[in-house]
Parts: sequence; C-alpha cells; structure tokens
Amino acid sequence: MSLLHTPPNRPTGKSVQLMTTCLCDAFYSDVAKATVEILDFLGCEIELPDGQTCCGQPAFNAGDWANSRKVIRHAEKTFSGDKPIIVPSGSCAAMIFHGALLAFEKEEDLPAIKAFGERTWELVDYIVYGLGITQWPGKFDAKMTFHRSCHLRGSRSPEAVNALLTSVEGVDLQPIDEVEQCCGFGGTFSVSFPNISEKMGELKIENLTACKPDVVAAGDMGCMMHFGGMMDKQGMPYKRMHIAQVLRDSLKNAGKL
Amino acid sequence: MKSKQKIDLVARDLTNEVHEANFIGAKMKSERRYAALGRDYADPDKLRETAGLVKQHTLEHLDKYLEQAEASFERNGAKVHFAFDEDTAKKTVLNIMNEHGCKSMVKSKSMLTEELELLHYLEDQGKEVIETDLGEFILQIDNDHPSHIVTPIVHKNRRGIAKSFEREGLGDYNDDPETITRRARAHLRQKYLDADIGLTGANFVSAESGRIVLVTNEGNARFCMAANKVHIAIVGIEKIVPTDQDLGLFLNLIGRSGTGQQLTVYNQFIGGPKLKDQPNGPEHMHVIFVDNRRTEVLASDCREILRCIRCGACLNVCPIYRQSGGHAYRSVYPGPVGAVLSPLLAGNRFPELADLPKASSLCGACNEVCPVNIPIPDLLLRLRDKAKREGAKEAMKGTPNLAMWATMCSQPTMWKAALTMGHTMNHIPTQLIPHPSAMSWQGTRKLPKFEGGEFRKWFKNRK
Repeated sequence: MSLLHTPPNRPTGKSVQLMTTCLCDAFYSDVAKATVEILDFLGCEIELPDGQTCCGQPAFNAGDWANSRKVIRHAEKTFSGDKPIIVPSGSCAAMIFHGALLAFEKEEDLPAIKAFGERTWELVDYIVYGLGITQWPGKFDAKMTFHRSCHLRGSRSPEAVNALLTSVEGVDLQPIDEVEQCCGFGGTFSVSFPNISEKMGELKIENLTACKPDVVAAGDMGCMMHFGGMMDKQGMPYKRMHIAQVLRDSLKNAGKL
Repeated sequence: MKSKQKIDLVARDLTNEVHEANFIGAKMKSERRYAALGRDYADPDKLRETAGLVKQHTLEHLDKYLEQAEASFERNGAKVHFAFDEDTAKKTVLNIMNEHGCKSMVKSKSMLTEELELLHYLEDQGKEVIETDLGEFILQIDNDHPSHIVTPIVHKNRRGIAKSFEREGLGDYNDDPETITRRARAHLRQKYLDADIGLTGANFVSAESGRIVLVTNEGNARFCMAANKVHIAIVGIEKIVPTDQDLGLFLNLIGRSGTGQQLTVYNQFIGGPKLKDQPNGPEHMHVIFVDNRRTEVLASDCREILRCIRCGACLNVCPIYRQSGGHAYRSVYPGPVGAVLSPLLAGNRFPELADLPKASSLCGACNEVCPVNIPIPDLLLRLRDKAKREGAKEAMKGTPNLAMWATMCSQPTMWKAALTMGHTMNHIPTQLIPHPSAMSWQGTRKLPKFEGGEFRKWFKNRK
C-alpha cells in the first residue's frame, strides 16, 4: 500500500546511460557486470559516463544538504542528455527522482535536477514498465526470498521484480513476513544508531531466511552490505544475490547467454 | 555497542520486559490496521490521499475556517476562547473553573493537555483533576507519562499495574486485567459524580456546524460531561475540518489506522451546551482553541505534520519506535510523528530535540500507513538539514563528517584514484581501520571485499 513517487512519462528507449552506483563501483563489480549483461541481452546500447561517482545520498540523509547538492550537481552534469538512466538500485534511483528534488527545492537549478530525475529508472522497473517485458526466459532452480528494500516503496519495482522472478523457470519465490519492515541499514543511520540498526538487521535476516531459501535476493546492495555483512559475521550459509545477478545467471542456465 | 545517540542508547538499555511490551503491542496494531483497511477497501491509498488533501486544504485556509468555527460554536451557544501560548491556555482553563466555582475536574484523554502539563498546573492551583481514560488514570497514579499517543501505557504490564492499584488502596494485589478494569471503573464512577467540571479534547472540529467529535473506546468522555454543568473542550487549531461530510472519511480512517477497528466504540458529536428542551447535559460549553507554536509550524516547511489526526499508526509500524519505545523520544509526541512535531513545538529549544529526526532509517513505512498521507521521511530530512545548518550538536553525534567525501565525489579524478588505492584495504586486517564508522560497523558485520575499478576495466574491454 503505497502511493507512487516515480515520475510519469520517463523515456523508454533502448539507448541508455548506466549509473553503476558507488557501492558497485567500489565493492560489487559483478552486480554492475550482471546489469550490463542483461541490458545487452535486451538489445540496449549502453553508455557508461566516465565521470560518475555517487548520487549524493549519504550526505543528504545525514542532513548535510550543502555537500549533498555538490555531489548531485556533479551527477546531473555527468549524466547529460535525454537518454533513460538505468540504476541497479532502488535507493539511488529514489534519491535522484525524489530526494534530490527536496535538496534543491530552494535552488535555482531545480529544473535541471528535476529533468535528471525524470529520466531515471530502477533497473527492474525499466525492464518491466519501460520495455514492457514481463516474461524472463531464464532458468534458475532455487527457493528464493526477496528483500523489498525501503526505497522500492512508492515505485512499481516490487511488482516488476515479482513478475520477472515468478516467470523464471525453476524459481520458487517465497513470501516473507513483515515485508514492510526496514533491514536497518539507512546509510549513516547504521553508524549513528548501531544498536537499533543491528536489532532491525536480526529481525530482517530471521524473516528472509525462515523458509531456508537457497538464495536471498535484493535490489539494493546497501541493504545487502549491512544484513549480508551480519550474515557473514554469523557464518550463515545462505547465498545472496542482487536481482541482476539472478536474471543474468538464469539466462546462462538456460543457455541464452 | 558504543553509541552517542540518546535514542539508540535507550533502545540498548531497555529491559526485555518493556521491549517486548512495546514491540508486540506495536506489531499487533500494525497487523490489525493492515487487515482492517485491506478487508474493507479495494484501494485504501486513495482514502489516505484524499484525507491528506482535505486536511492540507484546511490548514492552508485555517484563518477562514477558524473564524467559521468560532461563529458556528457561538451560534450553538458555546463560548470560544483563543490561547496563543501555553500559559494563556492553562490560565484560560483555570479562569473558567473559577468563574463557575469549580473545584474538581474529570477529564478524558488529550495529548494537548499533556503538551501543556495542564494537570500539574491545575493541581498546583489547588484543583483536583482526575484522568478517566484507564491508561491515563494508571499513568496519573504512577506519576508517569504516556509512551504512545493512543495506547499510553503500552510500556507497562499488568503485574506493575496491580502493584500500583494495591499501593493506592484500590484492592488487594490482583493482576487479572478484568479485575483491574472493574476496580478502576468503580473508583472512577464516584469521581464523575463528585466532580463539577468535565474537560475533553477533540479529535475533529467541523467548522461548518460547530460540532466537536470525540472518539473513545471506553465511553469516559461521555461520563465526563454527563453529570457536570460545565464542559471545556480544549483543541489544537489544527483539528478543524471544513464540513460534517468530511467526517465520514476521517472516522473511517482513524479507527482502522490506529487500532484496526472499523469504528471506535464511542463516537460523540457535540454541538454546544444543552438546549432548553434537553433534559441533561452541560449548561455551559467552552471551546479553547490553542495555538502553542502551531502557527510557527504552519509557517515552516514542515507544515504537513499538522495534518496529523493522532492515530498512532506511524508509531506502530516504525522499526525504531518498536525498538526504543515512546519514552526514548523525551517529549510528549513520540515515534515518527513526534520526531517531526516535538522539535518544532520546542521552539527555541529545538537544538535539544534535534536528534529526534535522526532516529529514522528513512524507510518510509510511516508515510505508507499515514491516514492523511504525511510525507514524514521528507519532513525528517528537512529537519536534519535545519539541525545541520543551525549546528545542533545533539543531531550530529555519531554522524561522520562528509565534506571530504563530497569533494571526492564531485571530482572524478580523485574518485578514480580512491577506487584504485582502496585496494590496499584488502591487505590490512579490517579491525585496524582507524575510522570510527568502520570500527562501529564491524562489531557485528563483515566488510565486503574491495573491488574498486574492476567493473570499469571490464566494461572497457568487453566485446
């Protein structure tokens, strides 16, 4: 139950710009590779703007809007043009089409920032509602749970993920309890509120692993870095994958890649 | 774990018993809310959106609706008072009591009276005041504060309450909830009869008809009025809705959102003092509209928070509130709504409560359940920005300085250099990384392996 925050009438062409996200740039290169491989498979022409860094969210959430604007301005200039911008993260996408507008509400360059947001898509939202693909021709034998990260609220990404995953041959997507509850990451929140963050993480892990899945999937590496880091510390055996990796590997399993 | 944020420390140090009470209470109410709205409406979001628009419209024309409400009340025979600040509000109540020669007040639950600390003020002036909502009555005998705006004693358990009743001479120790309730009922029945004035809040005020609407589950607000000659309704100026017709929307939302009830048990519509041909009811009705910084909030960029109808749904769904409980917020209004409203209502004491908007992972669950669709996360963010600009120390505790990071992120050469250099991190034991954020993080989490630049290299060489 959520009202949409995503901008209407975003461009849907197949010539796209890829926003890697700072986390994939620094820590999760395979997620970025998987994103490229599935966009390639769909026939997209991908441009990777070289000057890209971060979407500005860490400072924005920390309340340091002046520094956040510096980073957002840089991002807007880096992703110039009118192509759709594809991001393998609901969080960075929401930062650009929703958060940035707040940070710039009193700034002169708000129109440019708004236009930037009006081209930005979370990856799976783009595949399903941008390109109109609702069947994924892959194969992946696994019992799976999906962490609906908080920044997917107010978007159609959760429906999109559900449509694609349930169409993959072999995927047994299991519902989880308390899907609306946050995993406790929240960027700098996890640093300044370590005790609450950890308790939230424990509850999320409990719900995500209650059915003993083969794979715990998510659309945001921020959340996964936090609760995945907790799972690793506790030596939990569940495999974790970004949704892009699931889609890419399913194509490989089906011999399509 | 080490932490500097007060709300995080409260959560860490909470006893298991209190934590469980808060957590389970909140979770249960969230589940009931979800079930009630989902069962009765195909698209509850449309209702929330509409209710939000009605409230926002009212706030944006509050001058007009306040005047209209005043005229309607006076037409109905009620006397209207305006109190700009806390002191005036309290004195107005006292003056009304003195004017009518009242010594003893029975009152129903009102968060505004908590905000004004009205009870202690009147007691200091020699008046007797009795809380008649069961939860509030228990808080009164324990000299405690509500930890939740709808279920004020959610942090307590029946054993503690049984001890309090024993101490107050309300019977031998007995922790059976029904027995506790019966004893409170018997005790309060006499208090209603002994009192000479009844005070209530108002959940809604219709400007068109001059009716106040009260929703309760105990019927105590009715009793507060039944045997008394004077009724005071003390109301925040944001409680107005334009017409009676709007109430259909709000009454359908408030019960479902707060407690998962289709309708609260008692819904009263009070359109003034008793008429000549009515046998019973208060002969005098006074309505006190209280500002107490609400116009400041209205003038701020967080005015949407004044739409709030105090249902408590945002508290119940909030993962931070569930862990910390309501008292952690050190103010009358806890949870997500309190994290916005309390620092704003604090006026120049804003810096003391500037950490409250930080107590959120910005997950947005509060916005998703809000019956008047308040964009709470956006408001929390605006207050974080305000706290940073005003240098409020409480807010910044534990938040890393991001100036260097911002410089790096706006200069691609620096960014790429850092991506390459970061690889050295893989060769030193991570526990030795001297950054406080990294140290705090690693207490319970393993850091991911650094792979900076790998994807860019792969992308360049693909095909």
